[in-house]
Amino acid sequence: MHNKNTYDTRIAALKAAVPYTLPILAGFLFLGMAYGVYMNAYGFSFVYPMIMSAVIFGGSLEFVAVSMLLSPFAPIAVFLLALMIQARHLFYGIAMLYRFKGLGWKRWYLIYGLCDETFSINYTAKIPQGIDRGWFMLWVTFLNQCYWVAGATLGGLFGGFLPFDTKGLDFVMTAMFVVIFLEQWMHEKQHYTAGIGILSAIICLRVFGPDSFMLPTMILILGSLVLGRGFLEKKVQGT
Amino acid sequence: MTFFEQVVTITLCALASVLTRAIPFLVFSPSKPTPALVRYLGNALPSAIFAMLVVYCLKNTSFITGSHGIPELVGIICTVITHLWLRQMLISTLVGTVVYMLLVQKFFP
Repeated sequence: MHNKNTYDTRIAALKAAVPYTLPILAGFLFLGMAYGVYMNAYGFSFVYPMIMSAVIFGGSLEFVAVSMLLSPFAPIAVFLLALMIQARHLFYGIAMLYRFKGLGWKRWYLIYGLCDETFSINYTAKIPQGIDRGWFMLWVTFLNQCYWVAGATLGGLFGGFLPFDTKGLDFVMTAMFVVIFLEQWMHEKQHYTAGIGILSAIICLRVFGPDSFMLPTMILILGSLVLGRGFLEKKVQGT
Repeated sequence: MTFFEQVVTITLCALASVLTRAIPFLVFSPSKPTPALVRYLGNALPSAIFAMLVVYCLKNTSFITGSHGIPELVGIICTVITHLWLRQMLISTLVGTVVYMLLVQKFFP
């Protein structure tokens, strides 16, 4: 067993992590900039998107937080709404419970930075042999957060002056999630749980609309998985 | 809103955000055995979540009006085909995005 804290271990993990984060570099720079430009348009200094992107570190909540800052002060409503918007992260924590085991101090930062994209990569990436798992996940988390904060800060600084037509660039996130979903699909022997996810999301999107379908979707997924446990439990094992 | 109220609002958002990420780790200790139901959910949830995230990305796509979701559909198909062919996340994502950008900028403006 090699030493986990040598310089070489860290650099090797960084080299392995960077390629996985490149689609997110494109997506986060763009989405982060969109967020910075958005705050800029409402008259906030670039310091706001810079700090908010770093400490809140949750895209949709940060956009909503802008309208919170422009509304009368309502701390309880803010806190409850923020909890609801971010509720899906509970799922990521449950899925990562064992993977973050025994990682010492790194664990706390990995939990803090557990956003959609970071979770997707750290959960699905095939970490090469000989690469330290903890450092790999730490680099993925850290790089992604840097991309996001950099994008938000740049957007806040430069507002609407972009040199090329970026229309449609946000599709990079969709494409990335499609790839991750496909990888997970090919990796699994059963597709019942994927089917439950698609159906729940589509049904709730139709019923509740695009702005409030995530919470009902999560409840429906959770309910279906719990009720179907007798049938599903054997099938999902070892996937 | 005063500056102090802004600071409180941002702090509460940050607190809620980190809480949703930390609660599972605070509730279930790695040294004690995790309930079987939670272990089962840890295995069963990811596919359902990834499916949900794909739908989440497409939540504002209208299949009835505008471009009928054709750019999104073509973009996804190109991403999937490239990925089945090369199995390289970076290339698949790039191809899908470039195709989508061309479509929305040139063919469905």
